[in-house]
Amino acid sequence: MSVIVFVEHDEGRIKKSSREAVCYASAIDAGDVIALVCGNAEPKEMELLGQNGADRVLHATESRLDHGDIQAYASVISQAMDNENADIVILAKSSVSDAVAARTAIKSNASFATNVTELPNTSDGFMVKRSIFTGNAFAWVKLLKAKKIIGISKNAVAYKEEGGSAEVSDFSPVLNESDFNSTVTGRDKATGVVLLPEAEIIVSGGRGLKGPENWGMIEDLAEALGAATGCSKPVSDLEWRPHREHVGQTGVKVSPNLYIAVGISGAIQHLAGVNSSKVIVVINKDPEAPFFNAADYGVVGDAFEVVPKLTDAVKAMRD
Amino acid sequence: MKILVCITHVPDTTSRIAFTDGDTKFDTNGVQYIIGPYEDYAIARAIELKESHGAAVTVVNVGGAETEPTIRKALAIGADDAIRINADPEDSFFVATQIANVAKDGDYDLILMGRESIDFNGGVVHGMVGELLGIPSVSPVMKLDIDGNVSKIAREIEGGKEFIELKMPFVAGCQEPIAEWKIPNMRGIMTARSKPLNVVDPVDSEHPDKLVKFELPPPKGTIKMIDPGQMDELVSLLKNEAKVL
Ligand SMILES: Cc1cc2nc3c(=O)[nH]c(=O)nc-3n(C[C@H](O)[C@H](O)[C@H](O)COP(=O)(O)OP(=O)(O)OC[C@H]3O[C@@H](n4cnc5c(N)ncnc54)[C@H](O)[C@@H]3O)c2cc1C
Ligand SMILES: Nc1ncnc2c1ncn2[C@@H]1O[C@H](COP(=O)(O)O)[C@@H](O)[C@H]1O
Repeated sequence: MSVIVFVEHDEGRIKKSSREAVCYASAIDAGDVIALVCGNAEPKEMELLGQNGADRVLHATESRLDHGDIQAYASVISQAMDNENADIVILAKSSVSDAVAARTAIKSNASFATNVTELPNTSDGFMVKRSIFTGNAFAWVKLLKAKKIIGISKNAVAYKEEGGSAEVSDFSPVLNESDFNSTVTGRDKATGVVLLPEAEIIVSGGRGLKGPENWGMIEDLAEALGAATGCSKPVSDLEWRPHREHVGQTGVKVSPNLYIAVGISGAIQHLAGVNSSKVIVVINKDPEAPFFNAADYGVVGDAFEVVPKLTDAVKAMRD
Repeated sequence: MKILVCITHVPDTTSRIAFTDGDTKFDTNGVQYIIGPYEDYAIARAIELKESHGAAVTVVNVGGAETEPTIRKALAIGADDAIRINADPEDSFFVATQIANVAKDGDYDLILMGRESIDFNGGVVHGMVGELLGIPSVSPVMKLDIDGNVSKIAREIEGGKEFIELKMPFVAGCQEPIAEWKIPNMRGIMTARSKPLNVVDPVDSEHPDKLVKFELPPPKGTIKMIDPGQMDELVSLLKNEAKVL
């Protein structure tokens, strides 16, 4: 028996979330952990998956897999499941993995749960806890089929880095023309910034900041903290900030260790995207702002005075 | 061109989430239902394509009779007709099987969905329907244009977007800013009443998973207020008490 982990990389570098998925697979203790990597990943990076608990790495090297084609990835996983006699597949939530997992579930006749937040409970069958209603509730779901696919959210398992390196072997699944349907014609991607879905700390700004010209202080605070920047929906609708920073029910759902909200009222749709943050700090000049009800630490004050002071205090602490 | 838009009937985004019957049923008490916000984007884009390219737009929902007011709203926004598959949408596989069954004979060029439902948040029905029908699926789609039988798409990726070209037919999960939400006008509401809403029976399907119970998150602890002049105190609390710095 073995467990396959679908591992993603970003320009060769293995994603932290995928390393977490390997930790999850290792923690469920259901056989050998096999990390499956598609496309052009750095060999050293793949070996290091051993530290997260991978026993082996399968590397599907075919160059057509460099570009994320969902159907092709699903074929690769399905074939790896057959070859390796694997009943369980683990994936970390991403813009690619949900669709890949959904298609694999159909191909391989498997039960599938996404947004799983904890290790499974196997005391009576195989039960997972998934987040529903945009983080406002959970559902315990029994996966009934012999084969199971689990998509995990951030922090579903304790992260570990120990042990040695994993052996990498080439994997050449049979791929058909029909597995490749789309042509990627370009990418427009932020570089050199901390990305929201993976960020440990996020500084987010709302309409209370009055205009895009005032984001300098948000960026300064984020830089001092090594944080990603986020915003509320109206801020991205008004194009003060790029869409990728929009946090909430209809934007990115985040689960950082620390979320600092500045000049955001805390509408329920915004809270839905941040309620799985570990610690929330709210800075708002209105003591009645609903966000305070969801916060761990609150500051009633004018952002234009408070934020620069906070940045100075962070810098002083770092020195 | 024929477009199928798949919509959910979900609690309004401001609903209080609670459960009854020993945490096995969603508490519908006082809850208002809406078309899922992501599907609102899908409908809006379908109507725009209808206006620019000419298209017949059908909406489909897997649900009981209680979802009909929500389906009528989609007709009021501008869809031409509707199908309700008369069954409880128990799990994603079941829903996908039903949608694929309706779609397989419908000859649709595009099947538009939301990026995810806001109750179940699976983000999986589009992929499953695509696989069941043997056609591509793409999500989350921020832009979708049509040029002959090729569609030009911007898909969200972590930290940005990716531009894709794809031949129709395919399934797409939509999100902003693909189109602006449309609100039905009076004329739309009047004509929606007489548009066809066909109720069909579900096909047999397996249930690969089973809901055991719901759970609410633990209540938030009490908030600590910090004086705006004492930001060093906040930093020290974050470092030493919350241990997040
Ligand atoms: C279906 C649906 C989905 C939605 N999805 C999302 C979503 O995903 N994400 C999202 O964010 N919203 C979403 N919204 C919108 C949401 O309802 C709110 O309108 C929005 O979050 C408000 O943004 P805001 O807090 O930035 O602005 P406002 O509500 O205008 O709040 C501004 C805040 O700034 C404070 N302020 C003003 N000046 C200062 C100052 N000098 N210093 C400090 N504080 C100051 C004010 O007291 C106020 O609390 C959605 C709405 C709907 C209907
Ligand atoms: N019961 C349903 N009826 C019709 N379409 C649905 C239903 N459930 C989900 N969908 C569609 O599938 C998309 C993704 O849903 P989900 O996989 O549940 O997050 C939704 O945005 C809808 O477009």
